[in-house]
Amino acid sequence: MSETEHIWIARDYSKCSGCRRCEIVCSLSHEGKIWPEASRVRVFMLVPGIEIPHLCVQCDDYPCVDACPVDALSIDRETEAVIVDKEKCTACGRCVEACPGKIPYMHPTENYAVICDLCGGEPKCVEACAEGGWYALETIKREDIPTFKLYAKTPEEITKNVIVKLYGEEWKEVV
Amino acid sequence: MRGYAGKFLEVDLSTESVKETKFSDEILRQYIGGRGLAVKILWDRLGDKWETVDPLGPENILFLFTGPLTGFAPGARLCVSGKSPQSNGVVGSTLGTELAIDLKCAGYDGIIFTGEAEKPVYLFIKDSDVEIKDASHIWGKDSKETLKILVKEGREELRNRYKRPGLWKDPSVVYIGPAGEKKSRLAIVAAKWVHAAGYGGYGAVMGSKKLKAVVVKGTGPLPDVDDMERTMKIADEILKINFKRTVFRRWGTGYAGYDVGASLSSEPVRNWQEEWHDEKSFGVDQFERIWVKSYWGDFGCPTTCLKVAVIKSGPLKGAITDNPDYENQAYLGTNLGIFTPEGNVYMTALIDDLGLCGIQTGNVLGFAGELYQRGILTKEDLGFELKWGDVEAFASLTRMIAERRGIGDILAEGTYRAALKISEMKGVDALKYAVTSKGIGIGAHGIRSEEDYPGYESYACSVQGGDHTSIAKLPIDHGNSELRVILYDSGVFCWFNFFDADAQELIWGLLEAVTGWKITPEDWFGTAARRILHMQRALLLLGGPDVRWKPESDDNVPARWYEPLGKGPHKGKAVDPEKIKKARSEYYEAIGWDEKGIPKSEELRRLGLEDVDKRMEELRKSA
Repeated sequence: MSETEHIWIARDYSKCSGCRRCEIVCSLSHEGKIWPEASRVRVFMLVPGIEIPHLCVQCDDYPCVDACPVDALSIDRETEAVIVDKEKCTACGRCVEACPGKIPYMHPTENYAVICDLCGGEPKCVEACAEGGWYALETIKREDIPTFKLYAKTPEEITKNVIVKLYGEEWKEVV
Repeated sequence: MRGYAGKFLEVDLSTESVKETKFSDEILRQYIGGRGLAVKILWDRLGDKWETVDPLGPENILFLFTGPLTGFAPGARLCVSGKSPQSNGVVGSTLGTELAIDLKCAGYDGIIFTGEAEKPVYLFIKDSDVEIKDASHIWGKDSKETLKILVKEGREELRNRYKRPGLWKDPSVVYIGPAGEKKSRLAIVAAKWVHAAGYGGYGAVMGSKKLKAVVVKGTGPLPDVDDMERTMKIADEILKINFKRTVFRRWGTGYAGYDVGASLSSEPVRNWQEEWHDEKSFGVDQFERIWVKSYWGDFGCPTTCLKVAVIKSGPLKGAITDNPDYENQAYLGTNLGIFTPEGNVYMTALIDDLGLCGIQTGNVLGFAGELYQRGILTKEDLGFELKWGDVEAFASLTRMIAERRGIGDILAEGTYRAALKISEMKGVDALKYAVTSKGIGIGAHGIRSEEDYPGYESYACSVQGGDHTSIAKLPIDHGNSELRVILYDSGVFCWFNFFDADAQELIWGLLEAVTGWKITPEDWFGTAARRILHMQRALLLLGGPDVRWKPESDDNVPARWYEPLGKGPHKGKAVDPEKIKKARSEYYEAIGWDEKGIPKSEELRRLGLEDVDKRMEELRKSA
């Protein structure tokens, strides 16, 4: 058990309004611009009404960090978020391959991977989601159980789950 | 140029050629983008032969435009325009779609389509890579199928062509359904199943150009603005104002399917034979039963007024759409005598799937319903009985319209043109039952009770006819006035986040923070917006080739509204012809049109529109 409390961004996809305010505040905070394709949280909409905010879950065993051939990825001591060293990263994509949810992706213009850094412990996306009263993303206390890692799924997998819940069984094959 | 990507794409579908086009700072400062810029380009390129340009022919130009505030003002939209096959003038028709964002992030402020393709095509854009692609495999497909295929294909294309590790997010898509392909004047340009640029009939223009869809992925940031800190500060204030709203956030406009009828007596019921009802079965609490999502919206929106409704059991099982919103509740509900959420959701999902406008289609369905009620259209004409409230019958007729089968072929022309045709066929005056203005079915907010926001001048003098989102209103800087809405449609963002007076005041600062241009309300209402309005008015009056409008007879409200309301607290109220005349004269005077409704020479010359004045001189002589 770690001594400090760590946060985790819980996600209730069925509450996502698709407003993409999370992408706006994330890219403003990390890039100084409104830049959806460089946001550390990306809202996938493979089917209208089924919006999936896709972002790092901080797996307990960090397969992305292990897979990095140049030690560009590390774990932040304070937050346990994955930190990308932009200088070291070669954008080889091994971290994507290693991620069960294929969550990391490459910066659209720079040569490095982008991964959610939890904004140092106070995620902007969560604030924006709460401000609007949507609560699709919420900060909760992370505990020492393997469940958190289960949320590292691809947008396709998540969409399949959510679509059955919202639209019904017959929509499963659509994705 | 700040807030702009700085260039436009121009796609000639006849020659399959693509080039980049730029407009000067001066033009952009005057006409902003979206509706304003589309009107300016149409005037420059087609103004001298406007009367002969067939909106559904290769000469017409189709615009998909953003504006400088798209992505910065909360609630992003895309403006669709061109010569309208409904009014033969110009309509700035906007819809919510992330395509507006993708387009700016790809480096374009908009797309100009000219000509017409030989076979069905769609346009694929990834940043500066632009390709006209074959669409024969999706031609004929409904909206849901079209979008499914294009999202899948788009992502595959991105994955295969751009070898970047990581998953590609879906590209954004606007498309037409089968109704657009069949050039129905009721056809929409659509996005995300339920989003529509409805007014104007631009789905038919896309169909005439054999352009099935536009698919865009832009990977850059939104363009640089003049003062980012100030932009985000003002945007944040606008967000906060909207977060405090309750009704629009909680229920969207869907509270109004009951409320507007019951409390304002201004909702169309059975083709506007009534405007009052007290059908509690149509309350939003009953819609809420079938919602699966309570907040749904588009890029950057604080209001998220949409709600997702799904029918999960019963004979109408499988229908999915948004709430529906008030216009669809009214036009595909009360106007057809349908008072159940299920029936209304089913009809709304159907028009989504076929790519039809809920307002225009509900308007013509109601018109057909009344002709049936009066025995003018019969079972023989239709192939079935068409009784008020019969969801299945109205759904069948909707399919006939989309496919242009039987009587559907006539109704697909829209209520006004169908009325002309049916009058001729049946030897009756069917125009009496057509609730339209300038060929456009009127939005679901009546004026007889005088309780709702439109006034006597609103639909009579609007340059967009029956469009309830662009009404004539005095004073000219009123919160709902057409000159104000031109700013929203030209800056291209959502009107719904600017109902609040404080938010309306903030827009000037936001415009300056984004563009660096200091445009005061006086500049806008006195000069810039008037240029756009007068050019739109001029093009509307020039009209043609099939129908033209005379202010004397057509700057008016439908005959139906001169009949007294038969029920409810406003029973007996009707439009007074003298009041209309008075309101019309006052509006002409305030806006700078002469007593015949033609923009005045001195007004046009003051604004530097000498070329418009020349063409109006021809009309003044013949008026």
